[in-house]
Amino acid sequence: MTDNNKSSEPQPKPDSGQTLIDELNKTMDGGVWQNSLRSALYPILAVFTGLVIGGIFIALTTEEVYAAFRESIFAGLGESWRTIAVAYRALFVGAIGNPAEIAAAIGAADWVAFQDAIDPFLESLVTSTPLIFAGLGVALGFRTGLFNIGAEGQLFIGATTATWVGYTFTGLPAIIHIPLALLAGFIGGGLWGYIPGWLKAKTGGHEVINTIMMNFIAIRLVEWLLRTRMQDPESQNPISPFIADSAFLPSLPFSRFHIGFFIALIFAWLTWWYLFRTKWGFTLRTVGTNPNAARYAGMNIVRATVTAMFLSGGLAGLAGANEILGLNHRLVASFTSGIGFDSIALALLGKNHPVGVVLAAILFGTLRNGATQMQLDAGIPIDIISIVQALVLAFIAAPAIVRTIYRLRDTGDDGQLVTNSWG
Amino acid sequence: MSEKPVLELKGITKRFPGVLANDHIDLTLGKGEVHALLGENGAGKSTLMNILYGLYQPTEGEIFVNGEKVQIDSPSDSIAAGIGMVHQHFMLIPVFTVTENVMLGEEEVSAGGFLKRREAAKKITELSNRFGLDVDPNALVGDLPVGVQQRVEIIKLLYRDANILIFDEPTAVLTPQEADSLFEIMQLLIDQGKSIIFITHKLREVLDYADRITVIRRGKVIGSTVPAEADPAKLAEMMVGRAVDLDVDRNPPQVGEVVLSVKDLLVVDDQEQAAVDHVSFELHAGEILGVAGIQGNGQTELVEAITGMGKVDGGTITLLGQPVQNKPPRFITELGSAHIPEDRQRDGVVADFPIVDNLALQSYYMEPFSKGVIMQEDVMRENATKLVEQFDVRTPTIDTSVGSLSGGNQQKVIVAREFTRDIKFLVAAQPTRGIDVGSIEYIHGQIVEKRDAGVAVLLVSTELDEVMQLSDRIAVMFDGRVTAMVDARQVTKEQVGLLMAGTTAEELFGKGETQND
Repeated sequence: MTDNNKSSEPQPKPDSGQTLIDELNKTMDGGVWQNSLRSALYPILAVFTGLVIGGIFIALTTEEVYAAFRESIFAGLGESWRTIAVAYRALFVGAIGNPAEIAAAIGAADWVAFQDAIDPFLESLVTSTPLIFAGLGVALGFRTGLFNIGAEGQLFIGATTATWVGYTFTGLPAIIHIPLALLAGFIGGGLWGYIPGWLKAKTGGHEVINTIMMNFIAIRLVEWLLRTRMQDPESQNPISPFIADSAFLPSLPFSRFHIGFFIALIFAWLTWWYLFRTKWGFTLRTVGTNPNAARYAGMNIVRATVTAMFLSGGLAGLAGANEILGLNHRLVASFTSGIGFDSIALALLGKNHPVGVVLAAILFGTLRNGATQMQLDAGIPIDIISIVQALVLAFIAAPAIVRTIYRLRDTGDDGQLVTNSWG
Repeated sequence: MSEKPVLELKGITKRFPGVLANDHIDLTLGKGEVHALLGENGAGKSTLMNILYGLYQPTEGEIFVNGEKVQIDSPSDSIAAGIGMVHQHFMLIPVFTVTENVMLGEEEVSAGGFLKRREAAKKITELSNRFGLDVDPNALVGDLPVGVQQRVEIIKLLYRDANILIFDEPTAVLTPQEADSLFEIMQLLIDQGKSIIFITHKLREVLDYADRITVIRRGKVIGSTVPAEADPAKLAEMMVGRAVDLDVDRNPPQVGEVVLSVKDLLVVDDQEQAAVDHVSFELHAGEILGVAGIQGNGQTELVEAITGMGKVDGGTITLLGQPVQNKPPRFITELGSAHIPEDRQRDGVVADFPIVDNLALQSYYMEPFSKGVIMQEDVMRENATKLVEQFDVRTPTIDTSVGSLSGGNQQKVIVAREFTRDIKFLVAAQPTRGIDVGSIEYIHGQIVEKRDAGVAVLLVSTELDEVMQLSDRIAVMFDGRVTAMVDARQVTKEQVGLLMAGTTAEELFGKGETQND
């Protein structure tokens, strides 16, 4: 009945297809900025609320705060405030760098000092880079109505194939070797996504179950490879040989920052272009939004499902390749720290739009990187950031909570389904 | 009717962001009265009824039940006030029995925590007898015909002691015969002291069965009248705000070549039953063949088979000289066919996409909408701007999502998309279901225009009036078979109604007179 009602009464509803960059590109009239702001409002409030509650956890896990509370409630509150402030300051400095130091270095034209001062910021971008790739992959799946939980496994396989290309082919110029290794990562991850996509299309096997299973298979498969075929002959440990120098992603001499970040931005643009500017992307989005109408319009749903899972896996595979070619230069058994899983959260946070994904990935990467500094400076466990991330995700998934906290009006925006494949 | 009214709405206003859905609506329902609420889709009827039902709270205004002011914040408040609603889409669980469905939400349990089914069943039987509803409390709801399911909905309300019954488009899903018995039931309800609000846009029903008629347009009460002082043209004008031509003007058909030939078509459904049971017919250029039938007699499967959206288990379908059985939809579309799908929300549009995208849905991959793989947004926007204007789609912008348009305007988007392609064959399934009089008039005109331009039109409708008005020939489907193929000018509405209900052509006309195909 509510369905019926919804369709028959004119109620303004923002268009899910019209997203930030579309609108920026199109016109610059008054409504555009308002729309962009509105679509960013919930993520921003979710992050803010996550940090506030994370602050409470910081206070709750600090012994000094309890001691202060035993003295008096004001002392307790003061100590809480101080602890949180120290922690978040450390987080900020660890993530972005110390603005004062950066300014001083620029003022003094001191190149070495500047390098040191800017390093935390660059390091944040390095942490963000694989998150961008994997987040784009998950978002592309979501846009097609597919819940790709398998980014982690696809990332492992992509890292493996990229590594193999990296150490097997030697004597190639970098300009060929790097694209080749990236392509290997893309195809490896892509095939790992293709399998559950094919199972879904042909047998109806649910991609959530199958991608989870594929994660386990991928992780064990890589372990096995690292103990057999791909093991470095000079090592007793499950670790691969180093890739050839020609496959290294160029990096700054004074930092771990490598060009992977820019490659990720190029792929974000490519993903946007593919989804919103090509007929293939139109097909995927239609299949993802209303598969019945897609069938009516003569779209091949099987092909769309398989294509989307391949591309989604491929992007996740690039995340793995990026880590190998840009940072590790060899494959170890447990080289990711849940990037594939974080990417699901940040695709949601970014509203499955490439621009949103990039921003969300930088946010997550920055928090992760800052958290390390926070642990060193303030003794706050790094896991607090996992709590913050979990809270952010919960608030994104349940906008009613954010709405209640901030007494926002229901615009009907959150009725937008991320995926329709649960049923 | 000299007593005080059982229900009185005073100055009900409901404001949604940017929309004034109800604008100071006054409505009075007397005891024992059938009050028809008439209005186009989007006029605000549903909003008003949802306020009464407790789903929305009015921005302004007051509600009085039996002279006392009530506050309705939720459906349970509404039920407590004795208001009940029979929704257009039934709120029943098919795998539950009638008793279980009726008890749902009002479960009475014995000391041991068991449902008191027997008591409930007894009460249902009593109610059923008292109001002539003829419902078996132990039947599974899923096994019951639609008309009986509706009576289960009525029992649900009576079980909860509702005195004010709201019927939302109750005849939309019924056959003419079922509709007649519904009106008999409504009369019995009135005789026993209930009062009824009856929402519809079928003018004939209003004039025949209502005691009073209130017309709403754009959220405002346009006027109130009684059937004796009204006629269809006047009511339609009140609803739409301008004179409406209710009859479809048509010239005799200029029949051409055979466009579609269906031979011995068999479609087997999930339960291994023949949904379409060896159906054969031919359709020519320049004619409208109406397929009449009660919902669920194989028309849906027939359309799916012809459009490539469903499978074919036997027989052949030849479209424009090409065999098309079990061919993909795009193959059939590209032959030059258009399809107004039965369920426009599900199949016909992507509700979350803007009008621009929906207008390109069938040909987005071809020139001029795509060049190579790149979609040509400028071309699409130009196309949308033109079609919105040409087909009178009422929308703020072409970027508005189709889901936020009214049903009639959604259908116009589909019609605009399908009719502006170069087509030779059109399947129009329930083309005017649930849409307003003004849009119906427009869409009917468009279909006839296509026919006159030489398009072969297969019109599938459960709306008998529509089939009668538009068709040149009528095929009646019953139980998966085409039981009669008649010339539309030589039958009466009553005869077609009887055929739809399962009377055979032989019984009706005597042997050999009607099977002209």
